[in-house]
Amino acid sequence: MTSTNRKALLTLPADDQILISREFDAPRHLVYRACTTPELVRQWWGGQRGVVTSVEIDLRVGGAWRYVLAANGGFEVAFHGQFRELVPDERTVTTEVYEMPGVAPEDLPATLNTTTFVEADGRTTMTVLVQCPDRAVRDAIMASGMEGGMNESYDALEQVARSLA
Amino acid sequence: MARAATTTDAFNAVAEPRRRQILDLLAQGELPVAELVQRLGLAQPVVSKHLRVLREVGAVSVREDGRQRLYRVDGRALKPIFDWVSHYEALWAERMDALEAVVMRLKQEEDQR
Repeated sequence: MTSTNRKALLTLPADDQILISREFDAPRHLVYRACTTPELVRQWWGGQRGVVTSVEIDLRVGGAWRYVLAANGGFEVAFHGQFRELVPDERTVTTEVYEMPGVAPEDLPATLNTTTFVEADGRTTMTVLVQCPDRAVRDAIMASGMEGGMNESYDALEQVARSLA
Repeated sequence: MARAATTTDAFNAVAEPRRRQILDLLAQGELPVAELVQRLGLAQPVVSKHLRVLREVGAVSVREDGRQRLYRVDGRALKPIFDWVSHYEALWAERMDALEAVVMRLKQEEDQR
């Protein structure tokens, strides 16, 4: 399914994948820098959903990352993961886990996110492929965007939704 | 993933790349199978199989026109999927807009040096 009326293009290439793509009018080393430098990530990762209060990035294979967002709703959410591959200015592969309160870290489903930066004529296409362990996790992530803000009883989902933005 | 699951609902039916291609073509207007076969470069049985899956979940409908059967997209079945996709996509659009602002500032700074 493709929606083309927004600048960020999202497709579902397979049952267990989400693909997000966006073009920037800038060379790729700048997009890569904005995605891997803590003080820069802090400025965009929260979108308009809250304030990013903490960004830790240990930029090396095997290194950990963790982002914390103080969401507009007054709660805090955090994501963390580990770098699996790093090709400067070209590609990062990381795991990503949403830290759900009350769930043991080893029980949380991790996605494998491959981000690529392709430059042509001074413009960069950034593509994020989110590989989920199965369709249920993919659907839960997608649904989190839909439930967010719609129903107060969906506390956990709403937290995911807000933090994903 | 069990293959059978792909036919059970519209969400899974449109997860298959070929079926999305078919929907993209039909979104531009009604087409007979033969036309889809030609445009996709696939064998007719393959196209027919995909159309059957899409019909089962209500994503496409068919009508008789003389000796032809014309297929078209059924927006009602697809709207929940569009909504589903566009909500999550909106979260990313917001994030990407913010990223763009950061990148453009970096570009300005670099150009000034």
